[in-house]
Amino acid sequence: MLKSLQIDPEKCTGCLQCELACSYENEGIFNPSKSRIKVFNFHEQGRMVPYTCTQCDDAWCMSACPVDAISVDAETGAKVVSDAACVGCKVCTIACPFGTVNYNASSGKVIKCDLCGGDPKCASACPTDAITYVDANWTGIDKMRNWAAKTDSGSQAEA
Amino acid sequence: MAWARNILRVNLTKGTCANEPLNMDWAQKYLGQRGLATKYLVEETDPKVDPLSPDNKMIMATGPLTGTCASTAGRYSVITKGALTGAIACSNSGGYFGNEMKNAGYDMIIIEGKSEKPVYLFVEDDKAELLDASAYWGTSCWDTEEGIKAKHQDPQIRVASIGISGEVGVKFSCIVNDMHRAAGRSGVGTVMGSKNLKAVAIRGSVGVKVDDPEKFLAATAAGKEVLSENPVTGQGLPAFGTQVLMNVINESGALPTRNHKEVQFEGANNISAEAMAEARPGDGKANLLTTAACFGCTIGCGRISTVERSHYTVAERPEYQIASGGLEYEAAWALGAATGVDDINALTFANFICNEQGFDPISFGATVGAAMEMYETGVISDKETGGIELKFGSAKALTDLAELTGKGEGFGAEIGLGSKRLCEKYGKPELSMAVKGQEFPAYDARSIQGMGLTYATSNRGACHLRSYTVSSEILGVPEKTDPTAIEGKAGLVMAFQDATGAVDSSGLCLFTTFAWSLDDIAPQIDAACEGEWTAERLVEVGERVWNLERMYNIRAGFTGADDTLPKRLLKDAAKTGPAEGKVSGLGKMLPEYYELRGWTADGVPSNETLERIAL
Repeated sequence: MLKSLQIDPEKCTGCLQCELACSYENEGIFNPSKSRIKVFNFHEQGRMVPYTCTQCDDAWCMSACPVDAISVDAETGAKVVSDAACVGCKVCTIACPFGTVNYNASSGKVIKCDLCGGDPKCASACPTDAITYVDANWTGIDKMRNWAAKTDSGSQAEA
Repeated sequence: MAWARNILRVNLTKGTCANEPLNMDWAQKYLGQRGLATKYLVEETDPKVDPLSPDNKMIMATGPLTGTCASTAGRYSVITKGALTGAIACSNSGGYFGNEMKNAGYDMIIIEGKSEKPVYLFVEDDKAELLDASAYWGTSCWDTEEGIKAKHQDPQIRVASIGISGEVGVKFSCIVNDMHRAAGRSGVGTVMGSKNLKAVAIRGSVGVKVDDPEKFLAATAAGKEVLSENPVTGQGLPAFGTQVLMNVINESGALPTRNHKEVQFEGANNISAEAMAEARPGDGKANLLTTAACFGCTIGCGRISTVERSHYTVAERPEYQIASGGLEYEAAWALGAATGVDDINALTFANFICNEQGFDPISFGATVGAAMEMYETGVISDKETGGIELKFGSAKALTDLAELTGKGEGFGAEIGLGSKRLCEKYGKPELSMAVKGQEFPAYDARSIQGMGLTYATSNRGACHLRSYTVSSEILGVPEKTDPTAIEGKAGLVMAFQDATGAVDSSGLCLFTTFAWSLDDIAPQIDAACEGEWTAERLVEVGERVWNLERMYNIRAGFTGADDTLPKRLLKDAAKTGPAEGKVSGLGKMLPEYYELRGWTADGVPSNETLERIAL
């Protein structure tokens, strides 16, 4: 079953455990500035929003890469950057409409979410289930269930 | 590992920034943050120094775990001689700033001297410089943080700044980071203001390593599991925040009310966690908007609120029709019960002003409470207050004074003296509810006996964060003790003080200790740091830190006579509740405490004690 990262900003507390887990998994060091997932804090609105690559099927980054350094992981569907092939031209960072591919000056390559090979560490590190890794065909199932429970409760109570 | 092994030393008089290696011998003895920075302060400054003189230093310090994935490991502290107290000050803050400082590669930033003109310190990893802050001087913490991010075109910069209150010398000014987290107590922001340092802005990308990563990931995962399964850290705090306490403490008859005249507040429910979550009549929404965690925190006790738009404080002022941090229990108590005000929107607004202009809501609210008592008893009148009708329960008086105090204007400048100086000024020193010049937090010493001893002996003046025996006496953690009993409290307070000294030196949040004992914490520190770190060793560190702070205060001129409480708590019995008829039994607890500490009858650590703990 193909799985996908599902993000529910309402559950996010802004603790950045996802950024810590991501940077440790990919860089071997606790360093949120090197995380592939970022949490945005809109202070005046009291909103915290995690954001990362959604692994587009027809991926702009992949199409734009002049040296075919980005390929699809057949197992996970992730678009994965090959460090060996990447020349650091940054065209993919321009092509991506969401900004989730970024250049890493210390390595001279681009970095993006690769779903940790099918075990995304951000999801397992999230203490509030704001980030989950779920069936790609049913990312809305929890929301549907919640609304189903709400919309049905009235008739149940009356019955 | 874990430590960055690097200090940034900033001399504001000379305008220099330089790196130096961290003293690792001291790190092994004092761990980090509170303990280690206090050691540096003790070694480098004269305890008799005027807190606002250029000779006082201000140290921002992280712990070895700061910036790692251990739960809550984003803390930093500010260590200096307190402007409010003249005692050792150590104010701890969460948010994201501590991690950024550590990620930039610094255990500490030591700030010396005084700049001729307002400046801010800008740090990008190993690059540090002092920049002109004239554009931000005279503006709030909010405008400063946003201004610096805009100027450098970098929204990822983390900023710790002072507001106008810190510039104009309000004695209980904070250093505010990330818009609403604060190194809050003892006037550390006032010290920063005296140095003409408006802000410290940091962007870090060096990262933090630990000694044994595999062991560390296992130990921190086990720790997180314990937190999530504990009723306080896994349910109470995430669901209600610290405000979970308001009704509990009121029912225990331990909620100091109207400048400690009473111990129960009839309006407690109106300012509680439950009230924050209640739908407002005006717009059907609750004040409480969401939960906000600090860096790395899997508990998430922080609250983000709004003020109802039709409320008099914000109706004509769209700039305050926003969300900001609060209410937190201590602030809600000080702004509410201590002043007799039960208008939750007024409290939330006053708390916003504290966030915006950077001053401590505990000392502010408590000082307003003392001023209200002086007003009601005719000691001061409209002449002194500038026409503010300063009666207990007046929301308008509270919010007007919050705005005036934030800018040090009108009677706000007098509130900004803190209750000790204010009450002395008007010949009523006995009305100041404070120890060593610092106002009490939200627990009455008559009703929770351990807290009386906690306050009297706290090295930074009255404080709940030096030994939170409420945990045992009210919540039953780690085991229940009778809050009205004095037996055994000396030992309880000492144990809490020592454990807290260690936790505050590690980079972790004290709130973890509702669930974690030092046996849960030691493996995390042990995996991250060189050396063998056991629970026993952490207790030793805590005891050493406690005595180091005590010795600083003694050299600063404090004596055992300062380990006392206002007469009101020693003579006037609690009028209602479970502790009705009780006064603080401090007189009986204190000698036992001195003896257990290995101090003389005058409260001075004996030579044998200092030798035993290698001080």
